Amino acid sequence: MKAIYWLRLARGRLRGLLRRASVEREMEEELRFHVRMRAAENVRLGMTPEEAERAALRSFGSWARVKEACRDVKGGGVMETLWQDLKFGARTLRKNYGFTVVAVMTLALGIGANTAIFQLLDAVRLRTLPVKDPHELAEVYIADMSGTRGSFVYSHPTVTNPIWERVRERAEPFTGIFAWSADTFNLSTGGESRYAQALWVSGDFFNTLGVRPALGRVFTNEDDRRGCGAPGAVISHAFWQREFGGDPSVVGRKLSLDFHPVEIIGVTPPSFFGPEVGRSFDVAVPICSEATLEGANNRLDSGSDWWLVVMGRLKPGWTVGRAAGYFDSISPGIFEATLPPSYPPDSVKGYLASRLTAAPAGTGVSLLRETYESPLWLLLAIAGIVLLIACANLANLMLARASTREREMAVRLSLGASRARLIRQLLTESLMLAFAGAALGVLLAGALSQFLVSLLSTELNPLFVELNTDWRVLAFTAGLAALTCVLFGLTPAVRATRVAPSQAMKAGGRGMTSGRERFSLRRLLVVAQVALSLVLVVGALLFTRSLGKLLTLDPGLRQDGVVVTSLNLTQLKLPAERRLPFKRELLARIRAVPGVEAAAETWVVPLVGNSWGDAVWMDGAGPEQGKSANFNRVSEGYFKTLGIPLLAGRDFDEHDAPDAPKVAVVNESFAREVAGGANPVGLRLRVEATPTEPETVYEIVGLVKDARYRSLREDYQPGVFLSASQAPRQFEYDAVLIRSKGAASGVIGGVKNAVAGFDPQILMRFQTLKSRVENTLLRERLMATLSGLFGLLALVLACVGLYGIMSYGVAGRTNEIGIRMALGARGSDVRLMILRESLLLVVAGIAVGLPAALAAPRLVSTLLFGLSPSDPASMCLAALSLLVVALAAGYIPARRASRVDPMVALRYE
Amino acid sequence: MPKQDAKLLQGTLDMLILKALSLGPLHGFGVGQRIMQMSEDALRVEEGSLYPALYRIEQRGWIASEWGVSDNNQRARFYSLTRQGRKQLQVEEENWERLAAAVFKVMQAT
Repeated sequence: MKAIYWLRLARGRLRGLLRRASVEREMEEELRFHVRMRAAENVRLGMTPEEAERAALRSFGSWARVKEACRDVKGGGVMETLWQDLKFGARTLRKNYGFTVVAVMTLALGIGANTAIFQLLDAVRLRTLPVKDPHELAEVYIADMSGTRGSFVYSHPTVTNPIWERVRERAEPFTGIFAWSADTFNLSTGGESRYAQALWVSGDFFNTLGVRPALGRVFTNEDDRRGCGAPGAVISHAFWQREFGGDPSVVGRKLSLDFHPVEIIGVTPPSFFGPEVGRSFDVAVPICSEATLEGANNRLDSGSDWWLVVMGRLKPGWTVGRAAGYFDSISPGIFEATLPPSYPPDSVKGYLASRLTAAPAGTGVSLLRETYESPLWLLLAIAGIVLLIACANLANLMLARASTREREMAVRLSLGASRARLIRQLLTESLMLAFAGAALGVLLAGALSQFLVSLLSTELNPLFVELNTDWRVLAFTAGLAALTCVLFGLTPAVRATRVAPSQAMKAGGRGMTSGRERFSLRRLLVVAQVALSLVLVVGALLFTRSLGKLLTLDPGLRQDGVVVTSLNLTQLKLPAERRLPFKRELLARIRAVPGVEAAAETWVVPLVGNSWGDAVWMDGAGPEQGKSANFNRVSEGYFKTLGIPLLAGRDFDEHDAPDAPKVAVVNESFAREVAGGANPVGLRLRVEATPTEPETVYEIVGLVKDARYRSLREDYQPGVFLSASQAPRQFEYDAVLIRSKGAASGVIGGVKNAVAGFDPQILMRFQTLKSRVENTLLRERLMATLSGLFGLLALVLACVGLYGIMSYGVAGRTNEIGIRMALGARGSDVRLMILRESLLLVVAGIAVGLPAALAAPRLVSTLLFGLSPSDPASMCLAALSLLVVALAAGYIPARRASRVDPMVALRYE
Repeated sequence: MPKQDAKLLQGTLDMLILKALSLGPLHGFGVGQRIMQMSEDALRVEEGSLYPALYRIEQRGWIASEWGVSDNNQRARFYSLTRQGRKQLQVEEENWERLAAAVFKVMQAT
């Protein structure tokens, strides 16, 4: 009954709102009818027609009032007043054009920045994979990878193919299980390489994920059997469009993958980008085809190549927890069965103790997430603070506007408007501003998040993030808009309507100085703004200085002018014994190119994140004294190419042939920490057994200065260089570092010609070492760029806020200043007085902000390099920059104050 | 307590309108006329209160309206009692009788 009543009321009011015109017309017609009837009645009682009509009208009293009373009942009620508020608000905002533009732009910037970062977070962290029932997916992985040895393709936990094959046989908790690994394939057949992002997938990959082919078919378990050859490739929708122009007859055509022709059997739908968030795939091939595509180097039987990620779809009734328990219980059997025979004896125990477990995988696997999740949350917090500062600015503006509208409010209050009604109307205005800002912010966010993605993308690691504006992003933005509206609109609205009508009506309420109380709230806002800005400026300084330190750091080697040349010799099909002489000859040709100062082969390119570590000890000591050291295999000239000084002994030379005594060059840290401080040249060291090599003794022939190895961020560590020509295996890949006399790019053309002239089937790829090293600093660059931008924005906003309050203060104190000047104060005195006030506000803000900046989260310190989060220099610099802002913001109002003409000011009243 | 008086009057007007319509559909003018007739010219409903009251009662769902043709062949809006309105009239009549009896007793007391 009650509900029906409300429903009917709502319907009536909605009708009233939507069809206002027709309702009004009907009402009018009904009342006119009444008047006619009354007039007719009057005539019947003996009046003349004119008299009758007039009397009838008169009986209504005031025609307008009756209609108004009817309208009150009939009209839209809440909806109607909301509509009125919106219309009125729009009119007011249009009238205050400047204010509206500033407010909307500020909000758009603040909300846009927040939305952009949230959009990225949504894409990498919150959203599930675009596949069927992603919540049923679970990942099976080794809980603790510390017992494993060998080579790893991800920092994410992985398994070997033998382990995967055992897990597949015993996938009790799953309706389907699959494994995959990302890789790159060379698409070209000669000359410069062209790469495709590839996926090795097991037979059930697509079916378990529920991905149906858009064209052709996807793999089944039949395709993924040992000895399958190259049964075909499934390509992604994007690759199909890009490479084949969406040709519908693509199925059956051939692709060249690492020089092997492979038939295309199907195309995936456009929504599917692969199992890894942050990376898309072009081509997928069955795991079994590695034997064909990679030849003797394939990893199918290797127990020390960790490259597969395993996921499955849970059976109904199985939880992830139960599956984790199940895999833990079957682990001993699996690891015992797969223990590689060549495994180093010391590591066997660790291998056997490894345990499998399971975890939810509905959001996929993502290296991007692992690297960027916490920086993104931090950036979201920073952007949130920027928005707070913007809100403080707007609140200040609204307060200033509220005082100019005091009269308006007073008039409306005294005419009988209720206070709640006025607050509602003022809030409607704020709400309109907030939502206009949010709408613009969403547009801005689209461009901004694209920019962020491009900031993190590199040539070798193209970043793929699907940036959708989904319901989560929209809800986030709408929530922000509503929150900001309350933040900047509510207090001013409450305050604006608190005036006592009689007081505000009195001659504009102007006295000597303006109202103290309201003014102090505005000061408080400015102080808060300054404090928050200080925190952001400190953050910006910390991150930019951190990046600066990394960029100017002396890593012990000279990166400038060095070109990294990656050579692929697989197409030459050289027999193993021909490879070493071939590489020697190739290196000689490169060295002969004009402009090349030095060149050397290296297995590990330094500073770009690659590493190879083994335990090492001095001959005579035992393995228990073994220390972990960084290893590399290099040719002669390596130290010269990178400008690493040789301190004692010699570089490698042509005498260090495969059958000569095995030699090594070590660095200073090695001499200090492993060799016990003495000059180690002439001593012998032992390297532990690895899955591919037995324990070996090397004679130390040289000592070099320390240089950074894996990354700029790491300290010097013990390093051992072995001779490239004494390697037990010569690969068909080669990395050559070239030092050029001039700019690095200058020699690339010459080297390209020389290599092509030597053998046209060699594939090449060139990059400067500098650019590759800089690509390892993407996270630092992201933090520096964005926190710098936000810090700057915060400074500008603080400056505007400060300027606003100072000039408002000066305007309100014209009288006082006039009196002061009439009494003999000089212009400079007044200027100083105003500047002092501005400075006082900033100093108060700094006093509040510094402790806040010092309390920065621990997270910050993990993202910094060579700086502590409480770095005094950054703190001082930040405080100084805010003081400069205070002077800048205070200067114009101060000058205006000092130019007040006492006569004009006093006569003004 | 002038406010409560006003409320009482308004409630009374609503009841009178319901009563007037209980005998059959009427247009607004007719409602006023019928109340006047039934009260033997003692009660005159002001137009300024009649129409807001009609709209209010309509929104509560006690009466319904539609356009029709009046006796003198003019387009007019006719109101009629709904089932809910009939029930409401019963309730109000009972309340009124109780109130009237009580007031009567008070006024009779010496």
